[in-house]
Amino acid sequence: MHAWLLPEAIEDLLPAEAAQVEFLRRRLLDDFLRHGYQLVAPPLLEFADALLEGDAGGDLSLRTFKLVDQLSGRTLALRADMTPQVARIDAHLLNRPGVTRLCYCGSVLHARPADLLATREPLQMGAEIYGHAGLEADHEAIRLLASALRQADLPPSRIDLGHVGIFRALIDGLAVPADRERALFDALQTKDIPALRELTQGLPEDRRAGLLALPGLYGGIEVLSGAAARLPTLPAISAALGDLLRLATEMADLPLSFDLADLRGYHYHTGVVFAAYCANSPASVALGGRYDASGVRYGRARSATGFSLDLRALTRLSAAAPMPGAILAPWPEDVSVHGEIERLRAQGETVVTALPGHAGTWREAGCDRQLVLRDGKWIIEALLDN
Amino acid sequence: MSAMITIALSKGRIFEETLPLLAAAGIVPNENPEQSRKLIIGTNRADVRVVIVRASDVPTYVQYGAADLGIAGKDVLIEHGGAALYQPLDLKIAKCRMCVATPAGFDYAAAVRRGARLRVASKYINTAREHFAAKGVHVDLIKLYGSMELAPLAGLADAIVDLVSSGGTLKANNLVEVEEIMQISSRLVVNQASLKMKRGLLQPVLDAIEGAIQ
Repeated sequence: MHAWLLPEAIEDLLPAEAAQVEFLRRRLLDDFLRHGYQLVAPPLLEFADALLEGDAGGDLSLRTFKLVDQLSGRTLALRADMTPQVARIDAHLLNRPGVTRLCYCGSVLHARPADLLATREPLQMGAEIYGHAGLEADHEAIRLLASALRQADLPPSRIDLGHVGIFRALIDGLAVPADRERALFDALQTKDIPALRELTQGLPEDRRAGLLALPGLYGGIEVLSGAAARLPTLPAISAALGDLLRLATEMADLPLSFDLADLRGYHYHTGVVFAAYCANSPASVALGGRYDASGVRYGRARSATGFSLDLRALTRLSAAAPMPGAILAPWPEDVSVHGEIERLRAQGETVVTALPGHAGTWREAGCDRQLVLRDGKWIIEALLDN
Repeated sequence: MSAMITIALSKGRIFEETLPLLAAAGIVPNENPEQSRKLIIGTNRADVRVVIVRASDVPTYVQYGAADLGIAGKDVLIEHGGAALYQPLDLKIAKCRMCVATPAGFDYAAAVRRGARLRVASKYINTAREHFAAKGVHVDLIKLYGSMELAPLAGLADAIVDLVSSGGTLKANNLVEVEEIMQISSRLVVNQASLKMKRGLLQPVLDAIEGAIQ
C-alpha cells in the first residue's frame, strides 16, 4: 500500500486547476446571485432514508456511499446529488409562499462513477426556481444555464430540449407493468429501436407507432412539426409540444434543439427537460428540467425547475483563465518595498516575496513578473529565470 | 471535434460484413486492415475515417467520443453495459447465438433442477451471471479469454457460456449446446453527443446503412 495512493476516480486539484475551478466557481455563483438566486449550503451527509426517499429506480441508492451514525445508530448517506437537499430547504425550511430562487455549489460523492470519464467527487453547482408552475420558470432556467456557460467562455453549441410528458402520455392508461415501462425507458434512452420494436408488441397501434417514432424525433425546430404529424393526438402531447414550441420561439437567440426520446431523470422529472452540449465534450455538460412533485415528500408540493453541472468537468473544457500570474518581490531588506507591495496587492495583484536562497524556482510558485529597484524607483519587469 | 466522422470497427468477420453497408452510404475504406498494419484507415471520403480496434473495445471508443460510430456485437454491448451509447440499428450481420454448452453426457437439466452449484467458464461473465441468476442457479464463474471449449474437457468447468455460429467447434470437442441464451448480431452504436452535434453528417450515413440492412 502506497501512502500517496488515492482511491479510483478520486483526485487532487493541483494549483493551476484548483485556481481555475475556484475562478469559475466565483464567476458562476456571482452570475447566479446577480440573477437573484440565493446561495444555500446543505450538509455533506444526511440520513440515508431521507436522501434516498423516492429513488424509484434504485439508481441513486447504488451511487450513494453509506455509513452508520454512531450517535443515532441510523444509516447515513453522503450526498450523491444536492438537488433533493435544496428542494428540502425550499419546501420545509424556508416555507415561503411565493417564488424562491436558490443556488448551490458543493462536492457530491458517487460510490460508482457516473461514466468512464467521470470523477467520483463531482463539484456540483446548480440553480433552482421553486413555486412557479408556468413556462416562464423553464424559460428563465434555460437562459440562466446559457448565461453560466457564457461566463465560463464556453458558449453552448446546443441546448437540447425534451418533455417527459410525451412518453408519459404515450403509455398512459395502458397498464404497462413497471418492469416493462423501465425497459421501454432504457430502450428510448439508448435509441435502441430493435428492442423498442419488441417491447411495444401488443400495444395499441397508434401508441406503438408513437413510441417507435420518438428516437428519430431529434434535431432542429422541424422536430416539433414532425412530432405533431407522427405522434397520436392526445391532449397531453399537444400541450407538451405547445410548451416546447413556445420556448423555442421565445429563445430563438439560443442554439436550441430537440430530442423527444431524452427521458433522463424520468423518475422525478415532470415536464420540460434540457441538456447542454459544448464542442469537444463527448457528453452533455449540464442537465436540467422540471420536477414539480419534489417537495411532496418534505411536506409541501412545490413547482420546481432548474439545472446542475459538474464544475470540475466544466473547468476542463473552459478556456476562461484566471488572472495573470504573480509578481515576485525581493525579500524586504530595503523597507521601501513594503509600501510598494501593499500598493500592488491593493490593486489586486498577487505579490510573492522571495525567501533567500531559492533563485530560479519562483516560476513554479506562479510568478511571471518581478519587482525591481531601478534608479531608485520600483518597477515591474518580466521575470528572468536566473 | 471537427466535422469529421470516425468509425470504430474490429477486424475480421464484422469488418468484412460491414463493407457493403458502408458502401451503401458511399463510404469505402482505402485499405484492408488484414493486409495493412495501420490502425487509422482513410476512406474515399475526406471527412470519414475508420479506426481498427478490438471488438470488445468498440463501445469504449465510442463512449469516450474517440469514435462517433462503431459496430459491435450485442454480446460485447451487453458485457460493456451499453449505457451512454445510442444503439439505433440492428445490422443483422455477424449473426450467432449465445449458448450454454456442456460435455455430451452431462445431465444439464438435472443439475439445474437441483439448483446445484455449477462451475461455468466464459468470456461473457456479466451475461452468464444474469442468465443463471434469472434461472435461480448458483454458479461459480471462471473468466477465460479464449479456447473456451477446453475448460470442460480439462475439468476446469462443468459448462461454458460462449458464442456459437455453426456449432463445429463444439462438435469437434464433444460438447453439446444445451441452452440458447440469446440471438446475437452486430449493432451500430453512436456516441450520444456526436449524434446531436454532427447530425447533418451522421444522419444520412445512418439512413443509408439502415436502407442497406438485409
